[in-house]
Amino acid sequence: MINWTIVAETAPAFWGGLQITLLLLVISVASGFLLSVPLAVARASQRRALWMPVWLFTYVIRGTPLLVQLFIIYYGVPQFGLIRDSSLWPLFRSPWFCAWAAFTLNTTAYTTEIFAGAIRAAPAGEIEAARAMGLTNAQVFRDVFWPGAWRRALPQYGNEVVQMMHATALASTVTIVEILRVARDVYTNYLVVPESFGVAAVYYLGLTLLLTQGFRLLERHYLRHLDPAASRSATPDPGKPRHA
Amino acid sequence: MLTATDIRKSFGPTEVLKGITLTAGKGDVIAMIGSSGSGKSTFLRCLNFLERPTGGTISLGGEVLACHRDRAGDLAPADPARLRALRARVTMVFQQFNLWSHMTARENVMLGPIRVQGLSRAEAGERADRYLARVGVAHRKDAWPGFLSGGEQQRVAIARALAMEPELMLFDEPTSALDPELVGEVLRVMRSLAEEGRSMIVVTHEMNFAREVANRLVFLNAGVIAEEGPPAEVLRAPATDRLRAFLATQSH
Repeated sequence: MINWTIVAETAPAFWGGLQITLLLLVISVASGFLLSVPLAVARASQRRALWMPVWLFTYVIRGTPLLVQLFIIYYGVPQFGLIRDSSLWPLFRSPWFCAWAAFTLNTTAYTTEIFAGAIRAAPAGEIEAARAMGLTNAQVFRDVFWPGAWRRALPQYGNEVVQMMHATALASTVTIVEILRVARDVYTNYLVVPESFGVAAVYYLGLTLLLTQGFRLLERHYLRHLDPAASRSATPDPGKPRHA
Repeated sequence: MLTATDIRKSFGPTEVLKGITLTAGKGDVIAMIGSSGSGKSTFLRCLNFLERPTGGTISLGGEVLACHRDRAGDLAPADPARLRALRARVTMVFQQFNLWSHMTARENVMLGPIRVQGLSRAEAGERADRYLARVGVAHRKDAWPGFLSGGEQQRVAIARALAMEPELMLFDEPTSALDPELVGEVLRVMRSLAEEGRSMIVVTHEMNFAREVANRLVFLNAGVIAEEGPPAEVLRAPATDRLRAFLATQSH
């Protein structure tokens, strides 16, 4: 049923597409992560001037399809003469830049909300204990506040990264030759579905497996302190305090 | 050593502390008692500015912590670095332990010395082992707080406060969140710390501890010090009806 000759012939193209997909994912998720940490702090802030703009940003981005955002950036921005004449034009002419910008904006919005939720759930007592010890605000953030928030956010963040990986398929609409674009080309050439879209699906499935396993390892490392099995085995202290 | 002068604190229109003056000298063990709402925890938290007082001064080693008023009208330290220095010298143990849940017992004890006092990891690790042994939880040093009993958690928290080698320790109802059978192990540690001459202010409901360990008893009522003196005397012959009534409600 499957024409293995076609599969073999197109394997190098798919391999190239896989690398592009991964590259898109890594640059978007990395920049999204860096942007969303400070934005999440602002989002979780009590000050209206801080949380309102971030809330508006995440609301608009999460309320519109990523494909629409991508098209607006790729097709819409060049309509402005101002940008065509500016030094930014070479950037917005590049599909790579537009895909990166759209994906980053999108994942930043979702990640910001995930991190903000984790930040809001920060145990006040732990923060207080860190302050009471004389730590600076930066140290409190780095040593206590963020590590806690990161651990609380990790399971949801893993889902976001997987969804973002799937979303990179949209880059095929702006001429970037990632997995789905390779599949479409194969389909156009051979008019066969299993060898084109079927193979693409297998690639995406494989990537999903890889990512979820990766996050499972991360969780095992970062969430050791919550392991319920270990909690159950916690025994009351048999020893007495030693009086020196 | 630590002197709090005329400490006042208001939450909105409610004045919780109405001018409290207290000095803790070297080796002092001060037990603060009072019914809930008397302001004893708020006062303790004003000493290290976890709560910003509305009025008064705090001085450590004769040096007054300079303050200005914040937007809410409370006192804020003029120089945050001076406040951090004070906090490193006056450490606190909380009712709810407040251990950092993502760090092991040992890491909890190490963090302050590393970050605030600039110790190397190796030095801080040695110090942590020493103080964890001191409070009797050395065998649990690599456990996360979630795996520890309440009594163990509080003893780790005491080790964490001790590891800063502070001049004064503040205990905010350290046994109130513990199951009754775990109270003893924490009190024994605190008693042994008092016996080796450490200075501490302890907000507590443990009358036996107050009577036997403290050298000074302070009874807070409605935001003022209603009675103060050597515990044995104050408890034997309360001068005020308030204290008599309060003692009558205590089981010990």
